[in-house]
Amino acid sequence: MNIIKNRYLYFLISLLVIVPGIIFMILHWTSTGQGPLALGIDFKGGSLLEVQFAGTLPSTGTISALYTQFSTPQEPIANPIIQPLGNNAYSIQSAPMNDATESSLLAAMKTRTNGAVTVLNFTSVSASIGAEVTRAAGIAILLAAIAILLYIWFAFRSVDHPVRYGTAAIIAMLHDVFVVLGIEAMLAYFLHWEADSLFLTAVLTVIGFSVHDTIVVFDRIRENANIYRRVDYETMVNHSVVQTLDRSINTQLTVMFTLFALALFGGDSIRHFVIILLVGIFSGTYSSIFNASPILVVWEKQEWKTWFRRKAEA
Amino acid sequence: MTRSRNTWLIVIALLIVFSLWVDLSNNITIMNPFNDKPLVNKNTQLQLGLDIRGGLQTLLQADVANCANVDPSALDVTRQILQNRVNALGISEITMQTAGNCRIIAEFPGITNSQQVNDSLQQTALLEFVDMGSSPLPVGSTVVTDYEPKASGTQSNATSAAPTATIAPTATATPAATATPEANATPGAAPTATAPAKVYHTVMTGADLGTVSVQAGTLGGQYEIAFTLKSSGTKVFADYTSSHVGQYLAIVLDKKVISAPIINSAITGGQGVIQGNFTVDTANALAVQLRYGSLPVPVKIVESQTVGPTLGADSVRKSVLAGAIGLAVVVLFMALYYRLPGIIADLALVTYAILSLMIFKMVGFTLSLPGTAGFILSIGMAVDANVLIFERLKEELRAGRNLQQAIDLGWSRAWPSIRDSNTSTLITCVILYVFGNAYGASIVKGFSINLGLGVLVSLFTAVIVTRAYLHLVLDNMKLGEHPRWFGL
Repeated sequence: MNIIKNRYLYFLISLLVIVPGIIFMILHWTSTGQGPLALGIDFKGGSLLEVQFAGTLPSTGTISALYTQFSTPQEPIANPIIQPLGNNAYSIQSAPMNDATESSLLAAMKTRTNGAVTVLNFTSVSASIGAEVTRAAGIAILLAAIAILLYIWFAFRSVDHPVRYGTAAIIAMLHDVFVVLGIEAMLAYFLHWEADSLFLTAVLTVIGFSVHDTIVVFDRIRENANIYRRVDYETMVNHSVVQTLDRSINTQLTVMFTLFALALFGGDSIRHFVIILLVGIFSGTYSSIFNASPILVVWEKQEWKTWFRRKAEA
Repeated sequence: MTRSRNTWLIVIALLIVFSLWVDLSNNITIMNPFNDKPLVNKNTQLQLGLDIRGGLQTLLQADVANCANVDPSALDVTRQILQNRVNALGISEITMQTAGNCRIIAEFPGITNSQQVNDSLQQTALLEFVDMGSSPLPVGSTVVTDYEPKASGTQSNATSAAPTATIAPTATATPAATATPEANATPGAAPTATAPAKVYHTVMTGADLGTVSVQAGTLGGQYEIAFTLKSSGTKVFADYTSSHVGQYLAIVLDKKVISAPIINSAITGGQGVIQGNFTVDTANALAVQLRYGSLPVPVKIVESQTVGPTLGADSVRKSVLAGAIGLAVVVLFMALYYRLPGIIADLALVTYAILSLMIFKMVGFTLSLPGTAGFILSIGMAVDANVLIFERLKEELRAGRNLQQAIDLGWSRAWPSIRDSNTSTLITCVILYVFGNAYGASIVKGFSINLGLGVLVSLFTAVIVTRAYLHLVLDNMKLGEHPRWFGL
């Protein structure tokens, strides 16, 4: 089995997923001016009220009217976004509001529907904090990437050019982050999914898994590099990838089994999260086999020197 | 070799017995045999996150221009005061932590009425005792007092800036407009709503108040609030009450009258009681306001989330079912693919689950949905360590080594990859934890704790437990002669 030989095909497959994702992100940014992803209220600020009605289910128009009625210049909660939740509940998003406003709204809903109104979830986030958390998360991921790069550099000091291994692992990690962000952007477009703090957790999980997976493959290269000193680099890397293939697939399968079970039976509140994890874990395994190791070969052969020549011929 | 292996087996067995004990009980007690007193008495209830069990989470932030100027110890005092305030509301299991320079995360399990709690958190509270003469303003009305916040040396700049009212020497429009209509609007009492913008005299502030407690009153069924004064306040209060018996002394919080008791007799000894038509609850509420009036750092609520118990219970039931199905498939897969070692790995996985639950309960970590995600990932990594070892084991067997050599080589060759991959995960966990802690991002924090803990336990089970089990089986049953048991 020769995986490394077709490396440019695998790079192309990655690009076929990542490029459309980036296009969707740019589209979202240019059309709304609010960044590449549709953000949930945890990040952009706002309030989310999920209510269940025991009495008659009010129409979305009735709820919208109530919100407009309680809207004030300090809390402009008019024109909320209302989505049905099951068959007797609504999920309502609006500008941030305080608890007093929420109580008056609920009381008004209760009178309108002649029945109990149960709050499933009420969140209100002021706009300032979201931006700060997003920025801090970005910095944390950046710091983690640098720390991992340094660690791999150190752990692979017995082979030639250890810095390449760290860099390739980080590139593979970024690949997975972009795949996840891109898929999220597409889902945001088609299904109106929003990136919330659980999404952030999913991205963090994917980063952890991706690097973990890549290091296992690289470990085999490290070991083989000292055994097969006379074999050329490309063959040795390919041999290592094939040797770890069973393990890569089996490990991925076991994680995927659990995630599939969670996606199918785990309930609505975590489905979005689990699906993003599935995408990311799959991408993590893909990138450790088909991107990280091939990048080492491309680097070893310094193939970028021939990229433009090839294009000129074609 | 054999001896150390037996030692490990004993250690593992003891650990499992202890873990099962912790896992299955909600409280553990170890008696000291010498004096019959409990040596260890620990509540080991599993703590579920608010996203699972339902409740209120509120994120408070210092209401100042620059967070860097907030003194960490002042913030911590604020946290303690707030915690006392909400504790006094009778809510159990509150957790309140400072996060970074200027945030406080408060969690109230089981609370669905966020307004009461958040209101109590948000009171900035300047407490004054105001001379009302013989005609008190009704409870709830706004008063203008002659108290100047800057006079109080103990308060920080931030606090003194917070109360808005300034002394109004002449009839400036604003205080007048707020004082009179409210007084008139309130039904009953205060027929003489006095002239607009009357400036009342502040006798003393909450800073002079010592202890406050609620006690059963001398009259049946009523409660009263007993208080003591600090030495700074005793003289002032004695002088004032001596000359004003029969008049009203209003308790004013943030320029609003919260109670207007009448002075029955002079209070000269530095302690007295407030009597009135109090129930336990109203007496407690007033006592709380008296006790924890002012905060060293003013705070505002920036995020508030209420999860209803129905959503939580539903999530738990479904997630547990899903997790069980997922694990069952993993166990089956391992057994079918790796045969005997797979079954042993499954046993190690069960050990892993038992140990992790024990650590969770002992340390008191909170299990939240993101935490569960971290845990699932760590299960994946625990399985991965076993997969790595067994793949190596198979390779060594194929290369013609005998079983004993293959097991030892399999472990030693798989170790660098297990070590490096898990180390990088731990590095990520530490950075995420620091970040989550500093910014009050509890989701990120919970995730990193669970994942980090899971990785550590999985290292132990994969490297030591699996190996001990495998040797136990192989040494006692001559299965080594059957390569099919190893999936070859």
